[in-house]
Amino acid sequence: MEKRAVFKSWWLPVLFALPQLVLILLFFYWPVAAVVNWAFTLEPPFGGAAEFVGFANFKEALSDPFYWNSVVVSLIFATVGPFFCIFIGLTLALAVDRQLPGSGFFRFFYILPFAIAGPAAGMAFRFILSPERGLAASINALSPDLWNPAKYGSHALALVIIIFIWKWSGYTFIFLLAGLQSVPRALGEAAAMDGAGPFRRAIDVQVPLLAPTLFFLLVTMMTEGFVGADTFGIVHSVTGGGPNHGTEVMVYRIVDEAFQGLNYSGASAQSIILIGLIMVFTFIQFRFIEKRVHYK
Amino acid sequence: MADIQIRAVRKSYGKTPTLHGIDLSFDSGEFVVILGPSGCGKSTLLRMIAGLEDITAGEIAIDGRVVNKLEPRERGCAMVFQNYALYPHMTVAGNIGYALKVAGVAKAERERRIAETAKIVGLQDYLERRPAALSGGQRQRVAMARAIIREPKVFLFDEPLSNLDAKLRVTMRAEIRKLHQRLSATSVFVTHDQVEAMTLADRLVVMNRGHVEQVGRPLDIYHRPASTFVASFIGAPAMNLFTTRIEVETATVRLDGAAIAIDPLVAHALRGREVIVGIRPEQCRLTTEGKGLPARIDFVEELGVGRVIHCEIAGEAFAAAVAEDADVSAGDTVWLSLPPEQLHFFDAETGRRIEFPLPGTDIAAARGSASTTQHTGVLS
Repeated sequence: MEKRAVFKSWWLPVLFALPQLVLILLFFYWPVAAVVNWAFTLEPPFGGAAEFVGFANFKEALSDPFYWNSVVVSLIFATVGPFFCIFIGLTLALAVDRQLPGSGFFRFFYILPFAIAGPAAGMAFRFILSPERGLAASINALSPDLWNPAKYGSHALALVIIIFIWKWSGYTFIFLLAGLQSVPRALGEAAAMDGAGPFRRAIDVQVPLLAPTLFFLLVTMMTEGFVGADTFGIVHSVTGGGPNHGTEVMVYRIVDEAFQGLNYSGASAQSIILIGLIMVFTFIQFRFIEKRVHYK
Repeated sequence: MADIQIRAVRKSYGKTPTLHGIDLSFDSGEFVVILGPSGCGKSTLLRMIAGLEDITAGEIAIDGRVVNKLEPRERGCAMVFQNYALYPHMTVAGNIGYALKVAGVAKAERERRIAETAKIVGLQDYLERRPAALSGGQRQRVAMARAIIREPKVFLFDEPLSNLDAKLRVTMRAEIRKLHQRLSATSVFVTHDQVEAMTLADRLVVMNRGHVEQVGRPLDIYHRPASTFVASFIGAPAMNLFTTRIEVETATVRLDGAAIAIDPLVAHALRGREVIVGIRPEQCRLTTEGKGLPARIDFVEELGVGRVIHCEIAGEAFAAAVAEDADVSAGDTVWLSLPPEQLHFFDAETGRRIEFPLPGTDIAAARGSASTTQHTGVLS
């Protein structure tokens, strides 16, 4: 049955929709329009109206080796991070779903990190994994600089990715646990009768039936890794993009370029490239991976 | 082929007991049906045999080996689930062959056995389909094939026919029975449907509230129900039951002022006791006016093969099956005769059957030669 309200006047429905329309216009379409405008224009150095410069801002960004460095860093961040988030979330969800004693307790604590703001987690990990004290100090006692994110870009990148994983595994865990609970229990029992142990049951029965959830998480987590608030927040609070641009993900570079370098036009061009990149990734995911996902 | 011994098995969920000490023994190659209303613990018992539920107390032995601590895969059982539990992401062949794949059987051998098994259940043309593209009956067959291919010692069926429509259920029932004759593995079949139970079982176990009420051959249980629960659960429409007192002088029981004659020796044996008298609707006879029990018909059910008249006698619902050409309609008053030899007597307090001849009496003519069961009520 279709429910349809019919309005006699044209202005009443518009009035009802107005608050939402205003919000979308103010916080979505206006910024997008501004970014597009900036990306194709440049403010003259000594003031005056912005001039149209075509693709010059894009050319400048793409010819900068540090820009390409940030693309590589972002790609690593947005593939390694989500992969481990999903893998760890899945492992934990499979374990909790078995409903062994204490699973309620663990369910609560696995979700908890997600409630902590990324920058706060970043600050905490700066101390937890700082090279000169605690756990890392004893590792470095074996040989100096085995772990030194203040010195090596690769270590620093690993550090920010670890923090991202620590926080977002709780998120994937919630979705995967919910997904597992919608897999009929009888299927697992049937597999048990067929001779499959818990591990085999997980691989052969549970994970394939989680495919829709896994696909959803792949898309959302990769997007999160590229442009998420935590991606910026963690990098900003832990490494500030360094050392030597080693953790400079695309979002961090854009913010840095815009608000430190005051290069709004360059930052806008980079934003548009980033959006395009995410669109390409999402397209690839839907085009080639979604086909292999069974919805019922 | 394996026998199953269930000894003093109990099950509790937390503090709530659901099975209160079950003792059963199933012979090798037997087809046993466990029948009971929902919540009686029959599925729990089956799942304990399968290894899907922990056994709180007691032990279960399959083929002489205690299996309490064994994983399902180590018990040699195959199970057909109520809603089939087919793997939706695998083809029919994948579903049937999964057990072999897990067991590490080589691909060629596996395919040969899948084809062979699919043929038994008539699915050879559907091997590449997924379960979603199959009808209910076909899914049921896949579930059975998945059990057959493992060549199990024991087949477990957990209400496998309850999701099928009435016609298909009858067909599948016959197929399951045929399959059993062919494979002759010990089969345990759980159902709440008494027709399924009566038609399939070599031996029937009737359960209620976590207890075994009666064990026996289906016909014995039908003819000599061990308790009022079994009497009312088996047979459709259910047996008519009345709580009453025997009048020993006239050898009658009284219902709504009408006196029903009973065997004088029975009356003598039961003198002074409060008993529950039962008679099956199909044993009631229409008789001429003024004889037997008057009954005013509330409504008449047409069954095709006959009619069932429903009325109220002594404050209890009463049903009687009559011939299809019987001239009865709602509002009529009919007279029913209840043959004394067809009456069942139960203890009013315990609900247990009172068996004749009673110990210490000399009523020689024991009625029926049916074997008694361990749960038969006996007068002390």
